[in-house]
Amino acid sequence: MQVSGSQALRAAPARDPAWTGRVLWFGAALVVLWPLLVAAEFKPWLLWDERSLAATATFLSSFVPPKVKGDFLLLVVQQTWRTVAMATAGIVLALAVAVPLTLASTRVLSISGLAGRMAAVPFALRQAIRWLLMILRSVPELVWALVFVRVVGLGPTAGVLAIALTYGGMLGKVYGEILESGDGHAAQTLLRNGAGRLQAFFYGLLPQNANELTSYTVYRWECAVRSSVILGFVGAGGLGQELDGSMKMLAGGEVATILLVFMLLVALADRASAWLRRQLG
Amino acid sequence: MDRDPHTPDAESANVQFAEAANVPFRLPPPIFDVRCRLCWFVAGAVGLSVASFWSLDLQWGQFVSMEALRSMGRFAGEFFPPDLSAPFVAKVGRATWETFAMSAVGTLLAAVLGLLLALPASRIDARQRSWARAPTRWLLNALRSIPELVWAALLLICAGLGPFAGTLALAIHTAGVLGRLFAEAIENAPAGPALALRTHGVGSALVFLYASWPQVLPQLVSYTLYRWENNIRAAAVLGVVGAGGLGQLLAFHMGLFHMSKTATILGAMLLLVACVDALSYVARRRATR
Repeated sequence: MQVSGSQALRAAPARDPAWTGRVLWFGAALVVLWPLLVAAEFKPWLLWDERSLAATATFLSSFVPPKVKGDFLLLVVQQTWRTVAMATAGIVLALAVAVPLTLASTRVLSISGLAGRMAAVPFALRQAIRWLLMILRSVPELVWALVFVRVVGLGPTAGVLAIALTYGGMLGKVYGEILESGDGHAAQTLLRNGAGRLQAFFYGLLPQNANELTSYTVYRWECAVRSSVILGFVGAGGLGQELDGSMKMLAGGEVATILLVFMLLVALADRASAWLRRQLG
Repeated sequence: MDRDPHTPDAESANVQFAEAANVPFRLPPPIFDVRCRLCWFVAGAVGLSVASFWSLDLQWGQFVSMEALRSMGRFAGEFFPPDLSAPFVAKVGRATWETFAMSAVGTLLAAVLGLLLALPASRIDARQRSWARAPTRWLLNALRSIPELVWAALLLICAGLGPFAGTLALAIHTAGVLGRLFAEAIENAPAGPALALRTHGVGSALVFLYASWPQVLPQLVSYTLYRWENNIRAAAVLGVVGAGGLGQLLAFHMGLFHMSKTATILGAMLLLVACVDALSYVARRRATR
C-alpha cells in the first residue's frame, strides 16, 4: 500500500473493511466444525445431567482425605519404584536397539560415500534401517504393550519391551540426526586415512556429539517415566495399574494419593532431567 | 561432558606463574575424584540400571525360550490376512474419523481454555501485581503433569464411556500445555507497542487486544497446530480405557483375540499417524520456505 498519510486519513473507512471476510471465514469454520462436534459426541450438557453430577460429586468428595495408611503407602512407594525401574530398564534396552541401528544407518560413517554418492547396496541398507526405525516408533508404546501383554502375560516385562521398542525407534532416529547435523569432517578424515568405521565413530563423531546425545537420552528417560505410568493401565504393573484398580473400585482416597505421588514423581523426574541437561550444557 | 574439574586450578596456576617461563609440572587429574561430575553421572546411571533390572521380575526365560518364540510367531501369523470386509472397514473408517474429530475438537477447546488461563498466568508489565500468576501456573502444571490417558480414565466417571470423555481429557491436558506456552509467548512479546499504548492511557484489555494479541497470534497458532499433531496420536490410543475412537475398537477386538480385525485397526492407526506426519512435514516446509 503506497498511500501517503494525509490520503489515508481522508480515505479512512467508516467500518471495518475486513468485516465480510471475517464473517465468511467464521461461518466456514462453523460448517467444518459441526460434523467434528457430532463425531466427537460433544454434548457438554451431559455433564450437568443430574445423575452424572451426583456420581462426580460422590467420587470427588471421596478424594479427601487421601488415603495415607501405612501399608497402602508402602505399596504405593513400591509401585513408584517399579514404574521408575520399568522406564530405566526400557531405556537401557532401547539403547541396545538404537545404538547398533544408528551406527549402521549413519551416512557420515559410509566409506563408499566418501567418494561422492553412496554405492547402491549401502544406501539401500541404510534406507531399510531408517524405515525399520520409523515403524518401531510410529506404533504407540501402549499398543506395543497391549501386544506384549498377550505374548508374555501381565507384568513389567511387557512394559519394558514396549518402551524398549518405541523409544529405540525414537532414539535411533534422533541419534542419527544429531550425528549427521554435526561437523563430519573429523570422522571423514579418519575414514579417508584408513580408520575403521567404529574408530571413526569413537574418535571423530562421539567426542563432538556426546553432550547432545546424553542430554537427549536423559530427556527421553524422563518421557519414559511418564509413559511407564500409562502402560500400567493395560496391565504392565507399576503405579498405573494401581491407579486403574483404585479407579475401578471408585476408591477416591487411594486415587488421590496415587495421583499426588504421580505428580510428585513427574516433577522430580522433570527436575532431575533438567538439572542433568543443564550440567551437560 | 568431559569438563576438566581442574580448570579453575589451571587458571589460577597460570595467573600465579604468569611471570614464570614455563608452567610448572602438574600431575594429570586422577580418574575418579569427588568433583568429577561425569564419573558420578555414569556411576549413577549404571547403578540405576542395574537396580532396575535386578528389582523387576522380568521373565526373560519365558520370552526368549524356543516355545515363546514359536507362540509369538503364531501370534504374528494370526494378524494375516487383515480383515478387509466392507462392513468392518467402514466401521474402522468411522472410528478413524471419530479419532480425528476428538483430536480436533479437543485441541480447539484446549486452545480456548489455555488462552483463558494464560492471561492471568502472564505478566505483561513488570509493575503489575499479577497476584493470580503463581496459582494459575500451579494449576497449569497440575493439568499438564497428568497424562491424557489418566484424565480420560478419571473423566469416564463424569462424562460416561465414549469419545466425549476422550475429547475432554485431551482438552484438559492440552490446556495445561498450551496455557503455559501461551503465557510464555505473551510475556516474551516485545514490550514496545504495549508501552506505547499504555503511555496514552489505554486500558489493559485494549492494550492486550491491539498490542500483544497481534504480536503473539502467529506463535499461538503454530503451538496449537503442533499440539494438534501430538493429539491425533494420543487420541488414537485414548480409547484403550474406553474413551472412544480407534483405541476403543482396538482394545475390544484384541480382548476377544480377533487378530485379523486387530491387524486392520493397527493398519488404520499407522496410516492415520503417517498421514499426519506427512501433512505436518509439508506444512512445515511451506511455512519455513
